[in-house]
Amino acid sequence: MRGNNIMGIIFSNLHEDLISELTDRRTMGAVPFGGRYRLIDFPLSNMVNSGINKIGVLTKSNYQSLIDHLGTGKSWDLSKKRDGLFILPPFANTSEYSNRMTTLNSIMPFLTNSTEEYVVISDCDVVCNIDYQKVCDEHLKNDADITLVYKRDQLPPKLHDPAVLSFDSRGKVIDVLINANINGSCSYYMNMMLIKRELLIELVNKCISKNTLNFKRDIIQAEYKNLNVYGYEFKGFAPVITSMGDYFNANMQLMKSEVRGDLFKGDRPIYTKVRDDMPTKFGLGSKVTNSLIGNGCNIEGEVENCILFKGVHIGKGTKVSNCVIMQDTKVGADSNLSYVIVDKDVTIKDERTLSGFLSYPVYISKESVV
Amino acid sequence: MLYPKQEVVAMLLAGGQGSRLGVLTHKIAKPAVPYGGKYRIIDFPLSNCVNSGIEAVGVLTQYQPLVLNEYIGSGQPWDLDSMNSGVRVLSPYQQVNGADWYSGTANAIYQNINYIDRYNPDYVVILSGDHIYKMDYSKMIAFHKEHQADCTIAVIDVPLAEASRFGIMNTNPDGSIYEFEEKPAHPKSTNASMGIYVFSWDKLRKYLIEDEDVEGSEHDFGKNILPRMLEDGQRMFAYEFQGYWKDVGTIDSLWESNMDLLDPNTPLDLSDESWKIYSRNPVVPPQYIADTANVQNSLIADGCNIAGTIDFSVLFSNVVVKPGAVVQDSIIMPGSVIEEGAVVQYAIVSENTVIGKNAVIGMRPEDCEDKDKWGIAVIGDNLHIGQGVKVDPQAMISTDIEGVE
Repeated sequence: MRGNNIMGIIFSNLHEDLISELTDRRTMGAVPFGGRYRLIDFPLSNMVNSGINKIGVLTKSNYQSLIDHLGTGKSWDLSKKRDGLFILPPFANTSEYSNRMTTLNSIMPFLTNSTEEYVVISDCDVVCNIDYQKVCDEHLKNDADITLVYKRDQLPPKLHDPAVLSFDSRGKVIDVLINANINGSCSYYMNMMLIKRELLIELVNKCISKNTLNFKRDIIQAEYKNLNVYGYEFKGFAPVITSMGDYFNANMQLMKSEVRGDLFKGDRPIYTKVRDDMPTKFGLGSKVTNSLIGNGCNIEGEVENCILFKGVHIGKGTKVSNCVIMQDTKVGADSNLSYVIVDKDVTIKDERTLSGFLSYPVYISKESVV
Repeated sequence: MLYPKQEVVAMLLAGGQGSRLGVLTHKIAKPAVPYGGKYRIIDFPLSNCVNSGIEAVGVLTQYQPLVLNEYIGSGQPWDLDSMNSGVRVLSPYQQVNGADWYSGTANAIYQNINYIDRYNPDYVVILSGDHIYKMDYSKMIAFHKEHQADCTIAVIDVPLAEASRFGIMNTNPDGSIYEFEEKPAHPKSTNASMGIYVFSWDKLRKYLIEDEDVEGSEHDFGKNILPRMLEDGQRMFAYEFQGYWKDVGTIDSLWESNMDLLDPNTPLDLSDESWKIYSRNPVVPPQYIADTANVQNSLIADGCNIAGTIDFSVLFSNVVVKPGAVVQDSIIMPGSVIEEGAVVQYAIVSENTVIGKNAVIGMRPEDCEDKDKWGIAVIGDNLHIGQGVKVDPQAMISTDIEGVE
């Protein structure tokens, strides 16, 4: 059954400065991930799989590749007469979208004209497979005003303004620390929340009128004492992409079968725009181990611990290990790549050697020729 | 409502059972049989239509249409979902004076004259759903116009030894056909009909209506319509096609045609951007090739999980090959699982079947003592072949087999 009482809002362009190489010409949501996806596929699919039928995607600038990816929303079953996908760029100028609060304020008509009772808000920099219906069930059970999705783990070191939550025995939020100095494991907010639509409108209006524009401080931290704010612990695989190293590691985690099982659930698939590539061709003499490979590749060389997106060519005598190679990149013959992130449409000619290190993968930008 | 005129309407004959494919077509029509690691046979004619600029395609079905209908859906994967045109599935239906199944290829078109008429076309292309090829029909239609033909038949040069398996077109030097021989014992030429016809619609329409009243007619293009037109002195031409073309109506030819994709010399490039073969794509993660895997000269699709040895094989989406399993010279269709230690050689395993641990399916020809008993082994869909079971070459399995200790 589709169509529940929840609508979705996705911030597609936050924290882009943390992986500025990958977001130079695209939004955070359009960053390629995992051999065939873009980061926005995860929140979009999670919402769709949770029965959400109306999703607004907020995007500030650099959104050509995002819009190209989303199209009409057909790939996520969001091309609908009733509701579906709404791409919401700034109306007049990008300053409207300078932070979460002003962004939400500038889409006020979208919020006020909707009829859904609840809103799920998510960013694009967490890769996970979460069922928002369960978040909603908890929310109703707790008679909550806001439910914050959190992860219990070490705080990702570069996480932007992390909000660390404390709870009472019933899961009600009793403290919110922002940018606190914390060692060890804690409960940090994943920038995903469920809130009553009318309450969101009310809080945003209030903050705008007072010119208090920090969403975390002026809504979550300011209001948790006045409202019923609860936490929902997400226990699955959920890396936050806060650096190129994180990006690389999160991709490499997909080599683990338990991680793939957690992220790519058969009954809750991750949808994406698919191109009609032929299946991947493994040549005579190719050697591939421990790798995740998209369709349309042509592999004649050696591939080890790699993520290859669709349409990648690996030439004869070439060895690539511990690399993330994005779509349509061609690596010639007798080359050697190790710990390299190669963006789309790159040409790496014959007999080239490129090498990074686990903690510092080399990045080759889109359409380069090496 | 007035439909915008379509100069060309394509009619795709997809009603055949394809009985020579045995268990592979027990539950699905032949055009829905999987091919090439991610396609179904019908993707080829449908993609050819779109790439040739044909916007209206009628698909004639009557045998086991569920999977085929679901697969075609709105036609969106092939861009055949326009407002007033696109792909339409045409099943036999009840009429005022009774209901009839399609009694022959010509009768199937006859029963859908209304569908064709509403586009007011000049030409109708008749296609079949059991061939693998890439062809620009617009060139054939241009040839038809240029020769002011009433009927143009696509032909391909076949080896003389095989010519007696085909309908052979004997032509004058100008390409016009003077004789049509169905499976001749002593063929005069090697121009085999590919089962692709372009007709001028007014002519075809007339012959279809006339043929309905002919006593004893099988209402078949090859047996009735084409000979009648030739007798009447209509302008019939052979259009020579050059390129890859394969009838995949038998187990052997289906297997060969899949294996052709692994041969770099095969003139059928599925990665060619200018003539894409479109298909409905499953929503699955990329394939994973494990540490224990050894993959050589094979085609593998999204969603597979490979930990065994794969050699000269075509694996469709979501196939799982466990460690120690060996798949050689075989075709494994979507969702099937090859358990630890199983050996699959020269075999076709249909969809969602499990091959149990240490089972042995098929055999290499060089290992087979009696060459007459060698052939491709075929395992049907949704079956469970138990642990240690041995399936002989040439076998065709349609029921579960319990394991042996």
